[in-house]
Amino acid sequence: MRVALFITCFNDTLFPQAGRATVQLLERLGHTVEFPEEQTCCGQMHFNTGYQREALPLIRRFVQVFGQAEVVVAPSASCVGMVREVYPLAAQWFGDQELLAEVEALAPRVYELSEFLVHRLGLEDVGAYYPHRVTYHPTCHSLRFLHVGDAPLRLLRAVRGLDLVELPAAEECCGFGGTFAVKNADTSLDMLSDKVRHVLSTGAEVCVAADNSCLMQIGGALHRQRAGVRTPHLAEILASTEEEAFV
Amino acid sequence: MNSSLDARAAILGRIREALQDGAGRESPETVSVPRTYRQRGTAEREELVERFIERVADYKVNLRRIAEQELPAAINTACAARGIHRLVMPADVPENWLPDNLACSRDEPPLTNEQLDASDGVLTGCALGIAQTGTIVLDGGDWQGRRVLTLLPDYHLCIIFERQIVDLVPEAIANLTEAVRQHQRPITLISGPSATSDIELNRVEGVHGPRTLEVLVVHSVEKS
Amino acid sequence: MTDVPGTTRKRQPLPTFQSSARVALNNTQLRHNLHKATSTIREKRRRAVEEMPDWQELREAGRVIKEQTMLHLDHYLVELETAVQRAGGQVHWARDAEEANALIAQIAEQHHAREVIKVKSLTTDELGLNRALAEHGISAIETDLAELIIQLAGESSSHILVPAIHKNRAEIRELFLRTLDVQQLSDEPGELANAARAHLRKKFLSTPVAVSGANFAVAETGTVCVVESEGNGRMCVTLPKVLISVMGIEKVIPAWQDFEVFLQLLPRSSTAERMNPYTSLWTGVRAGDGPQEFHLVLLDNGRTQVLADAVGRQALHCIRCSACLNICPVYERTGGHAYNSVYPGPIGAILTPQLLGVEQAGTLPYASSLCGACYEVCPVKINIPQVLIYLRGRVVRQQQRGRLRERANPEWLALRWLARTFASRTRYERAQRLARLGQLPFTRGGMIEKLPGELSGWTILRDLPAVPAQSFREWWRERAQTTQTQKEEQP
Repeated sequence: MRVALFITCFNDTLFPQAGRATVQLLERLGHTVEFPEEQTCCGQMHFNTGYQREALPLIRRFVQVFGQAEVVVAPSASCVGMVREVYPLAAQWFGDQELLAEVEALAPRVYELSEFLVHRLGLEDVGAYYPHRVTYHPTCHSLRFLHVGDAPLRLLRAVRGLDLVELPAAEECCGFGGTFAVKNADTSLDMLSDKVRHVLSTGAEVCVAADNSCLMQIGGALHRQRAGVRTPHLAEILASTEEEAFV
Repeated sequence: MNSSLDARAAILGRIREALQDGAGRESPETVSVPRTYRQRGTAEREELVERFIERVADYKVNLRRIAEQELPAAINTACAARGIHRLVMPADVPENWLPDNLACSRDEPPLTNEQLDASDGVLTGCALGIAQTGTIVLDGGDWQGRRVLTLLPDYHLCIIFERQIVDLVPEAIANLTEAVRQHQRPITLISGPSATSDIELNRVEGVHGPRTLEVLVVHSVEKS
Repeated sequence: MTDVPGTTRKRQPLPTFQSSARVALNNTQLRHNLHKATSTIREKRRRAVEEMPDWQELREAGRVIKEQTMLHLDHYLVELETAVQRAGGQVHWARDAEEANALIAQIAEQHHAREVIKVKSLTTDELGLNRALAEHGISAIETDLAELIIQLAGESSSHILVPAIHKNRAEIRELFLRTLDVQQLSDEPGELANAARAHLRKKFLSTPVAVSGANFAVAETGTVCVVESEGNGRMCVTLPKVLISVMGIEKVIPAWQDFEVFLQLLPRSSTAERMNPYTSLWTGVRAGDGPQEFHLVLLDNGRTQVLADAVGRQALHCIRCSACLNICPVYERTGGHAYNSVYPGPIGAILTPQLLGVEQAGTLPYASSLCGACYEVCPVKINIPQVLIYLRGRVVRQQQRGRLRERANPEWLALRWLARTFASRTRYERAQRLARLGQLPFTRGGMIEKLPGELSGWTILRDLPAVPAQSFREWWRERAQTTQTQKEEQP
C-alpha cells in the first residue's frame, strides 16, 4: 500500500526515532511510505485547551494535506483520536458543512500504527525481535477513544524474545492529559507517581506505549528517579529485528 | 400562589426559547426509544424461582420454600424462632394462612404508629417478585395494606407465591402498569432489609426499615 | 465551605480547582478513605454490569429517553403537572433557589412546623435549603446516616452518593459521642448505625412535614420516585402529614415504561448492586395511606440555561449515580471539596460551570486529563470529555472578550504564536531549528531538569528530553537525498 505518514509535530520534533522506526517497519512489510512535507500539527493541543477558533486553520490544513492519501498512519493514538473523534465535532461546532464532509471522508482512512497493522492489515507477527522484559501501558486515547483494543498486546506477544509482563492497574491514566500536566501539576504528578510505581513493580526494563506523550511523562519521571527503565515507542520495538536492534 | 404561576410561565417560556435551535422539535409522539434491551425473560418457572431465592438470599434474607398447605406451620416456625406471639397484618390476610396460636392485630380499624412501632412484626403478601434482582414489590393491593405496615415494625414476614415471580425488571414494570396508571397506587420495591454502606463502605444491615426480612416462597397447585 | 449556587445575586468566582486540589492532596486520611472507597465500588460496579448481557442496549435506551425528554421538556412538565394534580397533589414552579426556599418555608409555616425531616437530596443542597429554613426559624433534620453525620459535624458533602466518605469509623464514633444522647459507643459500624436509628426514629414519628428530592417523575402517570438504601426515605415519604418533593425539571421522564430502563441502570451504576434496598413510588395523595398533602416543586435554577446550549445540555441527562466520580483518577485523589460545588467530579466539572456561568467556575473544565473513563461508565452515555473540551472553548472565549490585561495573558500569546507557526511549513521548520538551538525560552541543551515560569510544574518530578539533533523530516530529506545521489551514481 501507499502509506502517507502522519508523524505529528510532537514526534517530528522531540521523538523522531518513533517516526524512523515506523518507516523502517512499514517498508520492511513491503509498503511504500510517503511523507507529505506540508504537514505540521493536528491542532489537538490548541483545541483541547480551549483555543478552538485558533485550531480551525490547523484542522483545515491537515485535511488539505492528507485529503488525497490512500491511507494515513501515525505513531500516535492521541493525534489520530483528534482526527477521527474531534475533527467532526469541530466542523459541527463551527457550522462548517464542507469541512465536515471532508473530515468524514478522510477519517476512516486515518489509523494509529497498531490498529493499522492488526485491524487493517490483519498482521500480528511483524518479524520483530526484542529480547527484553517489557510492560505495556495502554494510553487513554488508544484504549477509550480509538478502541484499538488489544492490538498492541497482540503485536508485542508475537515479538520473538520479548518477555511481556502485565502492568498492574494498566488502564489508569498516567496523568499527562496535555496541558493538564501543567495546569494541574499536583494532581498530574500524583497520578504519575502511581503509574511509575506500578511500572517499577513489574521489574520490566522497558515500558512501551502507543503514544510518546504518555511516554514522555512516564519516562521523564523514571529518568529523574534514575530507575533504569527505558520508554521506547511501540514502533521502535516492532522495528527491531535480529539483524538490527532499533532500540 | 401567584408567583408560582408567574414562575410557571417564565420557566416554560425559557424552555421554549432554549430549544429554538429546533433540534428534534417534532412532536413527542413520534419519538421512538430503541428498546433492544431484554424485555421478557426466557427462563422456565423452576429456574426462575430458584434464581429469585438465590438472589433474595444474597441480601441476607431468611428464605424458605414451602408448599401451600405448610403455610400456617411455616409462619408458626418463623415466629417461634424469634419469640413472636403477635403479628400485625393487613385486614384481608386470609385466615387459612394463619396458625391457630398466633395472635393477629389486623389493620382494621387502622393501627396507630405507636402500636406498629411497638409491634413484634408484620405479615403481608406482595404484588410480585423479580428474580433478576431478588426484589419484592408491594403495590398496596391484596394482602398488603397500607405502606406504614411494612415500614415501622422491625420484622417483616412476606409471603410470595411462585406464580407471582417474574424474571426481569421490565416484566415487573409492565405488570404494575394498571396499578399505577389506573389506580395511582403507591409502589414499594424491597430488595433485602434496610442497609447502609456509609461507614467506610461496609454494608451495614438495619438502619430504619425492618431490620429483618423473612420470605416464604409458596408453591401452590391451583390459583387461589 | 461550599458556595451555594442558584441565587440570582452576583457571586464571587469559585476558588480555583488547582488551589483546592493542592489542599486536598495533602490530606492523607482523606486520600486513603477515598482510594479505599472508590476502588472497592469500582470493582463491584464492574461485576454488577458484567452480569448484564444487554447493558449497552440499556445505556442507549437511557440516553435516547433523556435526550428526547430534554427536547420536549415543556411538554412533559405540563403533562406531569396535570397528572399530579389529577391525583390530588399540588404543583409549584420555582425559577431559582430563593423562590423554591420561600415556597417550602411557606408550606412548613402554614402547618406551624418548627422542624422538617429531610431525605438526602442534592437538589436541596443546591438550594441551601437548610440555611434558608433556619432563617425562618425552622430546623431541617437530615435523616440519611451520612447526611446526619455531616450535619452533626457542621461540614459539607464530598461525594454525591457517600457524602461522609471522607470520614472513617473512629471519627464518626467520636462525633456521635459528642452530639447524640448516648453514653457508650464502640466504632463498630453496626453500633454506630443503631445509635443513629434510635435518634431518628423519634423524629420520624413526630414531625409533620417532610422534604425530599426526587430521582424520577413520570409525566404520563404523575408518579414520583425516591431511590434509597436505609429506609429513611420511606419514613419521610410515608409518615408525615405533609410531603414536599423538590425536583430539578430535568428529572422528568416521559412514560411509566421508561422507568424500567433507569431502574436497571441506576442501582448497578451507583451502589453497584442488582437493586438498592428500597425504592418508593407514589402518585399524588392516597386516602388513608401516607401524606394527605403532597407538594411537588419544579425547580429551574439555571437548568434552562444549560438546556439552551445544544452541546452542553446533555449534562442534564445525569441520573446522579456517581459512577463517574468513582472511576475518575482526579476525583479519587482530590475528593469532592476540591470542586467547591454541590456537584463534584466529572459530572460536576461540566454541570457546575453551566449552572453558575463559566466565569464563576472556569477552572473546573480543566480539572481533567480527558482520560475518558467517565464516559465509559456513564449509564446514560453523557459524553463528558466532549463537553469538557467544549466548555474549555467557552472559558477561553469568555476570557478573550475580557479586559486587555486578561487578553494579553501569556498562555494565549504563546498558543497564538504557536498556531501561526504551525500554519506554515517554513515557519514550523524554522521554529524546530530554533528549538534545537535553544533560542526558545523553554528549552536548553542536554537533558532538561528545570523549565522556567508557568511550565516549571512539568519539571518538579520529571526530566525532559532535549530536542534531538535531527528532526524526523530532516532525517527523511537526508535519506531521500542519499537515495537520489545513489541513483545518480549508478551506471
